[in-house]
Parts: sequence; structure tokens; C-alpha cells
Amino acid sequence: MTLDAILFYVFAAVAVGSALVVVGQRHPTYSAFALIVTLCSLSAVFGLLGSPFIAVLQVVVYAGAIMVLFLFVLMLLSVQREERPARRAWGVKATAIGLGAVLVAQVGSVLASAARGTTAPGFNASTGQVARLLFSPAYLYVFEATSILILAALVGAVALAKRES
Amino acid sequence: MTPVQQELLIAVVKVLVFFNVFLGLFSLMTYVERRLLAFMQFRLGPNRTGPFGLLQPVADGIKLFFKEEVMPEGANKWLFVAAPALAIVTAFLSIAVVPYGPTVHLFGRDIPLQIADLDVGVLFLFAISSLGVYGIVMAGWAANNKYTLFGGLRSSAQMFSYELALGMSWVGAIMLAGSFRISDIVTSQAGWFVPHWNFFRQAPGFLVYLVAATAEVNRTPFDLPEAETELVAGFHTEYSSMRFALLQMAEYVNMMTVAAVGASLFFGGWLAPVPALQTVFGHDIGLLWFLAKMGAGLFFFIWLRGTVPRFRYDQLMSFGWKVLVPLATLNILGTAAWIAFVK
Repeated sequence: MTLDAILFYVFAAVAVGSALVVVGQRHPTYSAFALIVTLCSLSAVFGLLGSPFIAVLQVVVYAGAIMVLFLFVLMLLSVQREERPARRAWGVKATAIGLGAVLVAQVGSVLASAARGTTAPGFNASTGQVARLLFSPAYLYVFEATSILILAALVGAVALAKRES
Repeated sequence: MTPVQQELLIAVVKVLVFFNVFLGLFSLMTYVERRLLAFMQFRLGPNRTGPFGLLQPVADGIKLFFKEEVMPEGANKWLFVAAPALAIVTAFLSIAVVPYGPTVHLFGRDIPLQIADLDVGVLFLFAISSLGVYGIVMAGWAANNKYTLFGGLRSSAQMFSYELALGMSWVGAIMLAGSFRISDIVTSQAGWFVPHWNFFRQAPGFLVYLVAATAEVNRTPFDLPEAETELVAGFHTEYSSMRFALLQMAEYVNMMTVAAVGASLFFGGWLAPVPALQTVFGHDIGLLWFLAKMGAGLFFFIWLRGTVPRFRYDQLMSFGWKVLVPLATLNILGTAAWIAFVK
């Protein structure tokens, strides 16, 4: 195995392990910290796959900005460890089983395509290339629409916060 | 050795050298800061240990090593231990992408004085600085003390408010260089210092950077997370011994990073102010120029601490959002217009 491959498996294992902690942990603050670890190791995986720009954005946006807000709220509410409910509702169990089946099917299809030897088409994910693609006619409309959506959410949040006081 | 192993060896040696240089600079900084502050306040400062008190950092280090490690009864053990480690790791990660000097020839090889010349260098800095806040938040929360919690909360609010302005202040310099690579931004400022340095071409961006960076490293007048008069010592109230030293070290390393980044992005990094002064007797003295600029930045931080009082918390937040962010945005628009219509 090359060094890249070893590092890939290490970070992939950390990502999966900490993701399990996010779900299994009963204390919300621990879950939030574990989610940060997941996002950072995913970023490392992106970097190893040759797209440093996406890797850095992953940390800046998710691990850096969004999770800080999550933690901020958790600390302001000073949450405690959640108690495990004695019995779960029947519907929750069924949904969990269904979603689990979908996940298994997805992983299976990826493994099957890897076994057939098919690979995704190569893409030079340097900063310039990503920017050119993002602002090309193919994605420009989606990009601008998303920007307007975020702006609307921003204005909405300000309006709601103003009415409170 | 194969070429790959050689590259790896060079990288490891560089990491070790830079790491230890920064550790040395940290202990020097604690002495210089106390001493300079004392002079500014008509005191003498530490002057008893060794010549001019120069061995004071060593004495402090020994003292901290032998202090008892205290962990509060109700503290969260894992996070309490992890917080200083996280703070110091994120602090040291960001020194990797700063170019400290021009490429040097050693043992018949070209070795850049930079650990990693990343294609996304500036963004990497931004990412690491956004992770830096977790060490402080974790420390504040894990100690299970209301003063530390308030310190941690204030710090996270302050850091993510000023991070935006900090990142936006770099955009103008990035646009002028046409690259996220820090070494490209440095070389884009080649020539006479007026008007080539971004300090002149990006004056509003530099002002925003100066204020936001001071807030980002929690220095006076933005040291609200550890405002002694209201919060005891803020997020590190409950820390003692070497864990306290680690948190302190992280703060100083962050300050040095901010000075180094400022020197690179706005003052031409390792380039001489006048091209003729770049080489002396045929030797490139870029490293010395860089250290001089970084030292000037660090002196400025100490000077600032000796001069101005602390901001009030609500003033701090409204200043960040209502002055700095709009100013940075205008700077970006102005730079874009200049590139589109004049250049």
C-alpha cells in the first residue's frame, strides 16, 4: 500500500468511528465534538483524493462555522445527558430499519461497481477549475438560486430577531 | 534513499526546526512582553533572573512544571484534558503555510523556507483559525465553572463574528495576486514598497485585518474572553501547571502567526522594501526582512496592550458587524472594480 492509501484508510476509519459516536452518544455536547472530528477527517479524505479546495471548504464551512453555532446553542442551553427512552415507538423502529436497508444497498452498489473496475471520470479539482465549473452556464443558475435562498433566510432571521425585542 | 524518502526527511526536519523556533520565540515573547509593558508603565519588569532578567522564561517554565495539576471536582475529565492539546495543535498547524524566506540552496538542493506551499494556503489559514475557537470553548465548558463558561461563550461569539471580517480582509490581496497561494501573494508585491505592498494598495483591507486579527487572538483591547475584572481569568481560570502553560503558549503562537500572516499578505513577506536591499554581499537576506516585519507586528501588539483600555462587549459585537464587515465588503467591491476597469 502507498502512503496515500494508508492515510486514506486511517481517516476513513476515524470518520466512520466518530460518526458512530455522534449517533450513539447520549450527551449532545459530546455528539457535537464527535461530529467535528467526523467533518475534519472527511476533509482529510477529500484532500487525499486531490481536491484541496473542497477539503478546506469542508472545514471552513461545516467544522468551523456551523458547528461553532451548534456548540454555542448547546452551551447556552446547558444541556444535560439525555436519558434513553424505555421503549421506542413502532414507527421509529420501522423507519430506522428502512433507512438502514437503503444504506446497505448504497454501499453494496458502490462496492459492486468497484469490483467491476469502473471508476468515476477524473476531474482536476483545483480552486480555479472548481470556480470555472461553478460559474459556467451548467451551474450558474443553481449557484445564484442558492445564494438568493441563503439571503432570504438571512433576512428572515434578522426580521424574527427584531420582532422579539 | 529514494527521492520520496528524501522529500519526507526534508519535510520532517523543517517541521522540527520551525516548531522549535516558534517554541523559543514563545518563551522570548513572554519575557519581551512583560519587560516592554513594564517600561511603558514606568516599571522595570522582571530583571533579576540572569542578565537583564533574560532567564525569567526558563525560571517560569521550571516553576510551571513543578506546580500541581488541579482538576476541578465537577470537571469533564476528557474534555478538560483535550482542550489545551487542541488549542496548541491548531495554533501550531497554521505556521506551516507561511513562507518565511526565499528558496535556499542547501546540500545541492532547493529548499523553500516554508513547510507546505499549499495551493489553497490562505483558505487553509482561515480553516485552521476557525478551528482554533474549539480549544477555548472546550476549556471553558469542561471546567464546569460559570466564569470559565462565560469566557468560553464570549470568546466563541467574538471569534466567529470577527472571523468573517478577517477572511474578507484578505480577499482584496488574493484578487490582486490572482492566487490563494501565500508565496504568490508575497511575490505579487515585488518592487519598491510604495506602491507595491498591499499595505498601500489594500489600505482598507489592512485596517480591517489589523482590528479583526487583534480580536481573533484575544489581545487587548479585545481581550474580553479573559477580562480579569469580571471573569477572573476567563476560560483558563481552572487550569494550572503545564495545561495552563499550553493554553498560554497557544495564545502566543496565534499572535505570532497573525503577525507573520500580516507581514506576508500586506508587507511583502520576505521581500525587501527596496529591491536593492534584497541581497547583501550576494546573499539573499529575505529571512531577516521577514523576521523584522514580524517583530514589528509583535511589538505593535504589545504597544497596543500598553495603550488602550478594553472594549465593552456590546460595542465589540456591533463594531464587528456594523463597521468591519461593511468596510471589508466595500474594499472587495472597490478592488474588483479596479481590476475590471483600470488594470
